[in-house]
Amino acid sequence: MCGIVGLFCKTETHRHELGRLTAVMLREMRDRGPDSAGFASYDTGVPGRIRITVLAEGIEVDWGPVAAALEKVLDAEVTVRGVHDHAVFSTDGDGRAARQWIIDNVAGASVLSYGSQIELYKAVGDPDLVAERYDLGSRTGTHALAHTRMATESAVTTNGSHPFATGADTCLVHNGSLSNHNRLRRFLEGHGESFQTENDSEVAAGYLSWRMRSGDSISQALEGALEDLDGFYTFAIGVADGFAILRDPIACKPAVVAETDDWVAMSSEYRAIARLPGATHAEIWEPEPARIYTWSLAA
Amino acid sequence: MTRRFDLAETTRRALNQALHDASGGESFEVANPRGAHAVACGITADIDVVVRGSVGYYCAGMHQRGRVLVEGNASTGLAENIMSGEVRITGNATMSAAATGCGGLVVVGGNAGARCGISMKGIDIVVGGNVGHMSAFMAQAGNLVVCGDAAADLGDSIYEAQIFVRGDVESLGADCVEKEMRPEHTETLRSLLAAAAPATGGAEVSQFRRYGSARRLYNFNIDDVDALETERDAREAVR
Repeated sequence: MCGIVGLFCKTETHRHELGRLTAVMLREMRDRGPDSAGFASYDTGVPGRIRITVLAEGIEVDWGPVAAALEKVLDAEVTVRGVHDHAVFSTDGDGRAARQWIIDNVAGASVLSYGSQIELYKAVGDPDLVAERYDLGSRTGTHALAHTRMATESAVTTNGSHPFATGADTCLVHNGSLSNHNRLRRFLEGHGESFQTENDSEVAAGYLSWRMRSGDSISQALEGALEDLDGFYTFAIGVADGFAILRDPIACKPAVVAETDDWVAMSSEYRAIARLPGATHAEIWEPEPARIYTWSLAA
Repeated sequence: MTRRFDLAETTRRALNQALHDASGGESFEVANPRGAHAVACGITADIDVVVRGSVGYYCAGMHQRGRVLVEGNASTGLAENIMSGEVRITGNATMSAAATGCGGLVVVGGNAGARCGISMKGIDIVVGGNVGHMSAFMAQAGNLVVCGDAAADLGDSIYEAQIFVRGDVESLGADCVEKEMRPEHTETLRSLLAAAAPATGGAEVSQFRRYGSARRLYNFNIDDVDALETERDAREAVR
């Protein structure tokens, strides 16, 4: 069992309180997953400026020299700020190259996300404490995803926590389990994706990154996912300019969606939605199996 | 007199305890359920409960007696394993509404999600809108009435339950077939539509088709086919 939530602000109205509302939703999903938690949020960022969120769990890393080395590799300015055991690099260089360089060269560090709009944090422990430590409540922006994990088959580790992001501004939270992830991981590695965990959900994120890097829209990538992913899933997906939901054709894993003029919210359970402003007047429905739902900021 | 519980102030456990302590004839009103799970579960007395707002999982589960009305939506497992009595909701229900119900009546005013009436064992279910895929999966007894459309694999592996659908059926599951609507079925449907009004939106008996088991899947043995035919005729005759 896990809990997932997503909030997409269609209008400006609630963007100043995106993080606070996401934290409220996350709190309601605590008892679906008290082991660990994570969240990703999207803001408008600075045009051309890429942020790379890095986790160095249980080790001390002096980020300054890392940023200096990365500057030489990218041949571009790099700044960095630490947030507890996370660090956020900022550069106008190549984000994908920066991600790979950090994975290959900074021992013990994991790259959680990169892109011009996304930042991503995750940790073991009570979801409320995780939200507090990384200050989810003060984040502003257009959309956010969060996850609470109850580990049933693998250890409680930060690396097993969601969201997962392998491509630019693309991330995913997953309730379920995939059964063909090992073969798919090998396939994707042969097509230029790199993975940092043994987790099935990271493979799903990598799959979407690969499809979108090949020119697919999020809808096209998810059409492919319906064919190529085998297993149980309810996904909430964030991309630079949008938000998507997909459930497998059997749809055992719960999901509820609510929409108002101002926002779209998705959660494992309605009680996470019940506390959002205007929830009582929202249109509420259960997403259908194998149907792709997308919302775009451009629309 | 109506006793009121505000779940923003009192616990769900206190509410359910009060419902369990009731002896019959009382009325209860529940405010601010905010998607809480197991609201009004296990009621055994002849009481009336009105819930103003949407509920979470297993609302009115194991319901034995009395009437529960939810003015809102319900999540997974509405009235799961209901034995008798009535459970009505005005909005939509998500997965597995009225699953394994043994008796009584469940009315969903809006749509019901996947696997509505899965493994139903004698309950009557009336859905004002549509039902999701694999509804009435392995349904053993009782009636499922759908005033809207039914999604894929309706009545898969059905035993002796009856399904009535007013709209389109995306596809029938294994061993589920359309059947003749005979006078006794018309009468059953008429009484269920009357009991579920106004959630049925004016649906009329003549607009429905009946579906049930082809009886080719369960207890099937090719050597017994003649005996099965005889048995079926006998059973149909006593209905």
